[in-house]
Amino acid sequence: MAGARVVEEILQRDAQRFAITMFGAEPYGNYNRILLSNVLSGSQQMEEIFLNPLLWYSERNIALHAGVKATSIDRVRRLVIGKPMRPTSLPYGLDGCDQSATPIAESYDQVIIATGSRPFLPPMEGMDTPGVFQFRTVDDCGQIASYAKQCKKAIVIGGGLLGLEAARGLLTHRVEVTVLEAMPQLMTAQLDPESATLLKTTMERMGVQVLLEQIATHILGDERVTGLRFKDGSTLETDMVVVSAGIRPITEIAKDSGLTVEKGIVCDDQMRTSDPDIFAVGECVQHRGVLYGLVDPIWEQAATLADIITEKNPQAAYVGSKLATKLKVMGVQLASMGATKPAQPDDEVVLYREPSRGVYKKLIIRDDKLVGGILLGETDTAGVLTQMFTLETVLPERRADLLFGSSNGAPILSVFDLPDHAQICNCNGVSKGGIKEAILIGKCHSVSKVGAHTKAGMGCGSCKSLIMQLLEVYAGEVVEDPSEHYYVPGVPLTKPELIAAIKAQGLKSVSAVFRELAGGKEDPGSKVGLASLLKSLWPHEYEDERDARFINDRVHANIQRDGTFSVIPRIYGGVTSAAELKKIAEVAEKYQAKMVKLTGGQRIDLLGFKKADLPAVWKELGIPSGHAYTKAFRTCKSCVGTDFCRYGLGDSIALSQKIERRFQGIESPHKMKLATAGCPRNCSEAYVKDLGAVAIEGGQWEIYLGGAAGGSVRKGDLLCTVTSHDEVLRYMGRFMQYYRENGKYLERSYGFVERLGIEKLRDVLVHDTEGIGTRLDAEIEAAVAAYKDPWEEATKPVHENQFTNPLAVSVREEEVRA
Amino acid sequence: MTPFEERVERRWSDGKTTWRSVDLGTVDSVPLGEGRAYTVNNLGIAVFRQRDGQLFATESTCPHRNGPLADGLVGDGKVICPLHAQKFDLTTGHCAGEDMAIRTYPVREVHGHIVVEIGPQTLA
Ligand SMILES: Cc1cc2nc3c(=O)[nH]c(=O)nc-3n(C[C@H](O)[C@H](O)[C@H](O)COP(=O)(O)OP(=O)(O)OC[C@H]3O[C@@H](n4cnc5c(N)ncnc54)[C@H](O)[C@@H]3O)c2cc1C
Ligand code: SF4
Ligand code: FES
Repeated sequence: MAGARVVEEILQRDAQRFAITMFGAEPYGNYNRILLSNVLSGSQQMEEIFLNPLLWYSERNIALHAGVKATSIDRVRRLVIGKPMRPTSLPYGLDGCDQSATPIAESYDQVIIATGSRPFLPPMEGMDTPGVFQFRTVDDCGQIASYAKQCKKAIVIGGGLLGLEAARGLLTHRVEVTVLEAMPQLMTAQLDPESATLLKTTMERMGVQVLLEQIATHILGDERVTGLRFKDGSTLETDMVVVSAGIRPITEIAKDSGLTVEKGIVCDDQMRTSDPDIFAVGECVQHRGVLYGLVDPIWEQAATLADIITEKNPQAAYVGSKLATKLKVMGVQLASMGATKPAQPDDEVVLYREPSRGVYKKLIIRDDKLVGGILLGETDTAGVLTQMFTLETVLPERRADLLFGSSNGAPILSVFDLPDHAQICNCNGVSKGGIKEAILIGKCHSVSKVGAHTKAGMGCGSCKSLIMQLLEVYAGEVVEDPSEHYYVPGVPLTKPELIAAIKAQGLKSVSAVFRELAGGKEDPGSKVGLASLLKSLWPHEYEDERDARFINDRVHANIQRDGTFSVIPRIYGGVTSAAELKKIAEVAEKYQAKMVKLTGGQRIDLLGFKKADLPAVWKELGIPSGHAYTKAFRTCKSCVGTDFCRYGLGDSIALSQKIERRFQGIESPHKMKLATAGCPRNCSEAYVKDLGAVAIEGGQWEIYLGGAAGGSVRKGDLLCTVTSHDEVLRYMGRFMQYYRENGKYLERSYGFVERLGIEKLRDVLVHDTEGIGTRLDAEIEAAVAAYKDPWEEATKPVHENQFTNPLAVSVREEEVRA
Repeated sequence: MTPFEERVERRWSDGKTTWRSVDLGTVDSVPLGEGRAYTVNNLGIAVFRQRDGQLFATESTCPHRNGPLADGLVGDGKVICPLHAQKFDLTTGHCAGEDMAIRTYPVREVHGHIVVEIGPQTLA
């Protein structure tokens, strides 16, 4: 993981500078090793944890030797030499190279070693008996899982973090699991004896047997494992053994190349080994005498090394990390950081225990700062505590707040107490210092200005209140930025003013709006919002300029992080057929979808198509667009309703299909996700959708508005109760049109409903107090009538090269000379 | 000089370094207001054609997370990357509020063709 991370960090800083070659003993690209426990327990698929597919490397011109072990560094000729692995050997094994294969040699200017570690094998006889496994790689996981199928009993050797995760993972494969631990308690590094005892009880309640102070000396069995023998002569039967007894850094290549190696490869604060052109990062490193076995410190090392190697910040230094960790296995809440017991006479220990619920919380405080903590059973405050621990924040006086959250509801960690390097915007990685600078030096005195300057608050927006607090302190006040009320930043008008001007002057295209209302300046950030508005104002006459569309709407698919696209065929109400599934499967296979995923809205997402393949993909699918991209009506999810469910009161499937057929592709200020449910049990979660219809006794339907279960969670408000599908369609349509006219661009329905209030909406939409009901009905009808399946562009593209991949031009030397 | 002669493969020297003019094809292959990506030998180039007809050329991927810049929104001499909305000046390559930049290339229209000048070292 460290190796690929460094490369990512380097590319981010300077993508052009290096020709990069990578050796990896495992036959894959980079994957997230941390999630292996989830793969073992089946809560995640192997494919889900791959971080960079092989394509990622080739697209960045990185020469990746996957499945090739680097065996030595020739520091005189400046070559790294590697050999392919034998397919059956362990990547972290001592040899495993195919000795008969031709070695691969690559020249270098600089080398980064990130060989990680191998599992430590305690001295035991019979280690190579079939049925004994280690737990390190994705292949290990696969083998453990498949071997477990033919087993009744398994033993995990090692009661540390990983051993327990392995044990929990094995349980899901229906084997009886016993954990052996040589020490008198579990997780010695992270827990004190009392919390370890509680954890033991928790594990036992989950069905894992725990044996402490047990040292196994022999693995029994010839053809396969049959049991273990202990130091005291006793034995225990088992069908398989997983060894997880610690790790040891992999240092042979460094040692053989003459670098300084002690417990790990010795590195300075710049991650440089004893050879100035050779660096190392990750678990193989020994830095200031410390070896790290968690990713957080490794990420810090990678960032430092990238700064150094690209010379972006030659002063960068890694000075060591403080360690905090969590147990990830489902059902056990455990967080631990730093020391487990007091070490100095003045250390303060705050302790809370509630054994009947398995809750134990302990904090060790030195000079008003957190130096250690254990939270077991309840980890609500773990996030804040970890921040306080790593940042060495001065703690509030009421220590109880640290364990249970603040008594008066105020956040226990105030933004003023954070140091400048603390990250405020987690989406875009903006620190408090960066925001402060924007306010003080850049004179950004509104949230939006700070955002424009630093990108803080421009992601999910959840940090905006923190930015506001910082503004209050550093700028004295939050300035109302008039542009915050503009519909789009590039046209200085509020939405009602803008609509009035557009109508008065009959502006039907985005460029016309810029020309007439913005002095001819075409602000790219305003194009999409204007296009959406114009399209709802002039459903038939809107002049569609392609450049005003976001790429998703130019190619009618969703752009993904690697520049490929995902496609969601429309599946009305989530009901499909075997024939349709076959077609989808064939297309996925033929055009090599990188992932096929079921969405939360009951659709099938085909991810990772090349842009140039999109037209062919749709043609062959022959299903309309599922609109997973535009700010528009997306899906209407449904439960099985009266067709099959024994509780069903109303035909929720038929209703959802009617809704979806009617409103497909209708554009709106933001996306709209809908649902219908056949009874108030609400299996399709209709209460938390932008619009939901729920069948109740007596043939009636309740209509809910403004629910949310994404970035915000909100139960929708009841608009009214009606007696037919048609009425549901009518009121939903009315609401949509009203929202289209009055919602701010990118305002989700839940914000809109909260802003206007459900009473007001009920007055306008149901009681028709403004007398606009019939007009709203007519306008949404017109919008519905104007709908065209965008995927028709598969046969009739708007631009000749609408879907092409980069056009290749080659410059040939001969032609130049001629 | 005929369009065909102009057609790309002209080498010229500004004294120290060698630049090359490369013909990327007709101007209308980039729709007004949009961008398109090209690869010249192995070099990725994005060409943008603003609504007022101005042409711009830059490297084709975003230094932030490799977003395909040609797929971005264009206007007022700027492009917005489609992945995380970083905004770059198409003339200078500067990114608003960030410490990164994209490489830009001189580009002009010659007899209805897009001709971009690719300068020292960048072309293999
Ligand atoms: C099951 C499991 C769960 C974990 N859970 C957590 C967690 O929740 N939180 C946490 O912080 N950490 C966790 N860790 C630890 C974390 O995964 C490691 O700290 C991290 O992966 C170390 O990164 P690395 O790059 O140093 O080593 P690795 O990720 O092991 O990468 C080293 C790579 O180098 C390859 N290699 C070795 N020698 C050579 C050679 N000579 N030539 C070519 N390639 C070579 C190896 O095959 C390997 O692929 C977990 C580890 C495991 C095994
Ligand atoms: S919501 Fe009611 S009708 Fe629909 S599946 Fe659930 S229980 Fe059955
Ligand atoms: S990749 Fe361009 S903004 Fe992130």
